[in-house]
Amino acid sequence: MMSRLLILPLAWLLPTGLAMALAIGQPLEFSSEAQRRQYDSLVRELRCTVCQSETIHESNAELAADMRRRVYDMTLAGHDADAIVDFMVQRYGDYVRYRPPLQANTLLLWASPALLLLGGGVVWWRVVAGRRGGVGRAEFTAAERAMLDRLRQGEDAGRPQ
Amino acid sequence: MKLRLLIPLVATAALLGLLFLGLGQNSRDLPSPLVGKPAPPFALEALEDAEVILTEQDFIGEVALVNVWATWCSTCRSEKPLLMELARGGIPIHAFNYRDERDAALRYLSVSDNPYRTIAYDPVGDAGIDWGVYATPETYVLDAEGVIRYKRIGPLTRQLLLDEVLPLIERLRAETPRAERRARQAKRIAPS
Repeated sequence: MMSRLLILPLAWLLPTGLAMALAIGQPLEFSSEAQRRQYDSLVRELRCTVCQSETIHESNAELAADMRRRVYDMTLAGHDADAIVDFMVQRYGDYVRYRPPLQANTLLLWASPALLLLGGGVVWWRVVAGRRGGVGRAEFTAAERAMLDRLRQGEDAGRPQ
Repeated sequence: MKLRLLIPLVATAALLGLLFLGLGQNSRDLPSPLVGKPAPPFALEALEDAEVILTEQDFIGEVALVNVWATWCSTCRSEKPLLMELARGGIPIHAFNYRDERDAALRYLSVSDNPYRTIAYDPVGDAGIDWGVYATPETYVLDAEGVIRYKRIGPLTRQLLLDEVLPLIERLRAETPRAERRARQAKRIAPS
């Protein structure tokens, strides 16, 4: 909080694009609305590689601040979103992307929801089919009927009147 | 029927096994896409002298280590004795002084050993992003042509040096004469 208070007034003095880390929520100037949109979406798509479960948009880590600044500088310099993501991937690997690309080593990751659904479906179908098989046999066989009759009679006979 | 009872047992055991393997993994051990790529270019002031501008060319020439450190990083301090040993053993170590203050870094080096041959001063982590630095300390191995051949995120340990880094350096040094021969041939072929 202290550092943000210190940086905020400075941000107005320094020209944009100067080498400094960007604090979270620091007001930024863009030359077009498209650039602002690109920056806003990119910082929510890139992972802070030290904090690992945060995007660089929400992370307070210094590395995230550096990465925000780099995204900002590259956006101002006119690089498009793909170029900036490629730049980060070349340095930090695919891990830096919150949305992993579909490629050979991420195939299983992408397919896993479908595979889980399929597996669950198979189990569900087998359980239901098994249950239906048991319920469907509503008729007693002749031998069972005879046994039931005997039981009933035996009960009646055995019960004191 | 008995086999069907075993299915949940086997599934649970498999899941536990996976979780156990996951425990042993360091989530910071990420593969670096920079291994196999040339050292990324940079231009930074030397730590000792702001007038001197260092570039990646100052790190290239022979098989060398590049260490990323800072005075605020206690792990860097604890790994320095190992770096000293390497430096005394004749392995050149270059460095980025990462997100540090020049005065603090110089004072620190003046009161303790300095294993570094060249130190580039990177106060805002500019070269840090280009070199894919996550957190200090980090150590790269460059071959004689300046290609990154290894990257360690986190401190070096004696075991790691013995198992991975030193054998790699030895192998790269053996490769170097061949690389020099190739370069000489290329020079001879190319019109001067």
